[in-house]
Amino acid sequence: MKTTTSNTQSTPESGLLSGWLQHKKWVIGLMGFLFLSGMASSGNAMHITEGILPLPWAGFWFLAVLPFVLWGLRDLKTRSSENACFKPMVGLVGAAVFVISCMPIPVPTAGTCSHPCGTGMAAILIGAPLTVVVTSIALLLQALFLAHGGLTTWGGNIMSMGVVGGFTGWGVFWLSRRLGASFFVAAFLAGLFSDWATYATTSFELASALHGDGSFWVMFSSIILSFCPTQIPLGIIEGLMTAGAFSFIHSRRPELLKRSFGLQESRL
Amino acid sequence: MKKVILLSVSILLAAALLVYGLTLLKKGEWSGVDETVVEKYAEAAGRPAWKPFINTEQGDMLLFFFLIAGTCGGFVAGYCFRELFVDAKEGAGAQKLRLQHD
Repeated sequence: MKTTTSNTQSTPESGLLSGWLQHKKWVIGLMGFLFLSGMASSGNAMHITEGILPLPWAGFWFLAVLPFVLWGLRDLKTRSSENACFKPMVGLVGAAVFVISCMPIPVPTAGTCSHPCGTGMAAILIGAPLTVVVTSIALLLQALFLAHGGLTTWGGNIMSMGVVGGFTGWGVFWLSRRLGASFFVAAFLAGLFSDWATYATTSFELASALHGDGSFWVMFSSIILSFCPTQIPLGIIEGLMTAGAFSFIHSRRPELLKRSFGLQESRL
Repeated sequence: MKKVILLSVSILLAAALLVYGLTLLKKGEWSGVDETVVEKYAEAAGRPAWKPFINTEQGDMLLFFFLIAGTCGGFVAGYCFRELFVDAKEGAGAQKLRLQHD
């Protein structure tokens, strides 16, 4: 009864605000992506820095990710019309991806800093295609205002973090569940492998664009091995973080995951 | 026994990778892997990084952006979280209370 009264009292004032926010949700979401990035002190990560990729490669990766972005946008439109809770969910996950992907974590085993990606978590919460959209917005804002990544390397970074990271996370989660893994283990593996797949793809992109007359495989192996001391422990951290986030939502509002993953609860 | 061997080999392999990777990292002291790995290989290949188009890495400007970002980002994340986890719960609770009352 008390709760009902409290809700009724707050309706006139908060109703106006929430009404405005309902209509401006996407503007606010976009602002969130930008501003959440500020929680990190600097960008030290897998993002390929501005100007590193030759322009033909930059164009190639941009064209390669374009269908995934369009798929994600279509997915967003469809699912938003079906479920009112979906947009806040995308906003929350997007904000999380943005923060996580520019939050440098010191790794004592290597004496360096790097960041998790959050795309494995995003993929199992909102789906892989939408993860690409969320990632592309995050990367664009980081490139524009936070000297993190770059506009010429935008496509390459979307490919590694959004497409490969997202689809790997989704696929690993799906496969793990099919093989009988618990929710926690499946989410952990999704986070772990999406992180490693992201950095492997970055290595591939760099090696394919920069190997010149040298061997592609030598350069690829060298880059990927250079990532190992930092990314092996960081991948484990990302796995635990993904499992924690998934478990939290699964215990509080499992229906969000059922809708997001697009499967029946028994199969999820 | 098979599991023990597999685990030992995995640990040895991981340790070898870590040691080899550490030898490849010339820069240290908590630099980001974009510097120690990405930019290092790019420079070696003759493709040094450009300055950002909008260069916010000047003086304390980046800190300014980060501060605004943290403030507004926290608000947005909190708003979405509340809508998903708090309002929904309160809404369900209130509905339950109303049903009990009726």
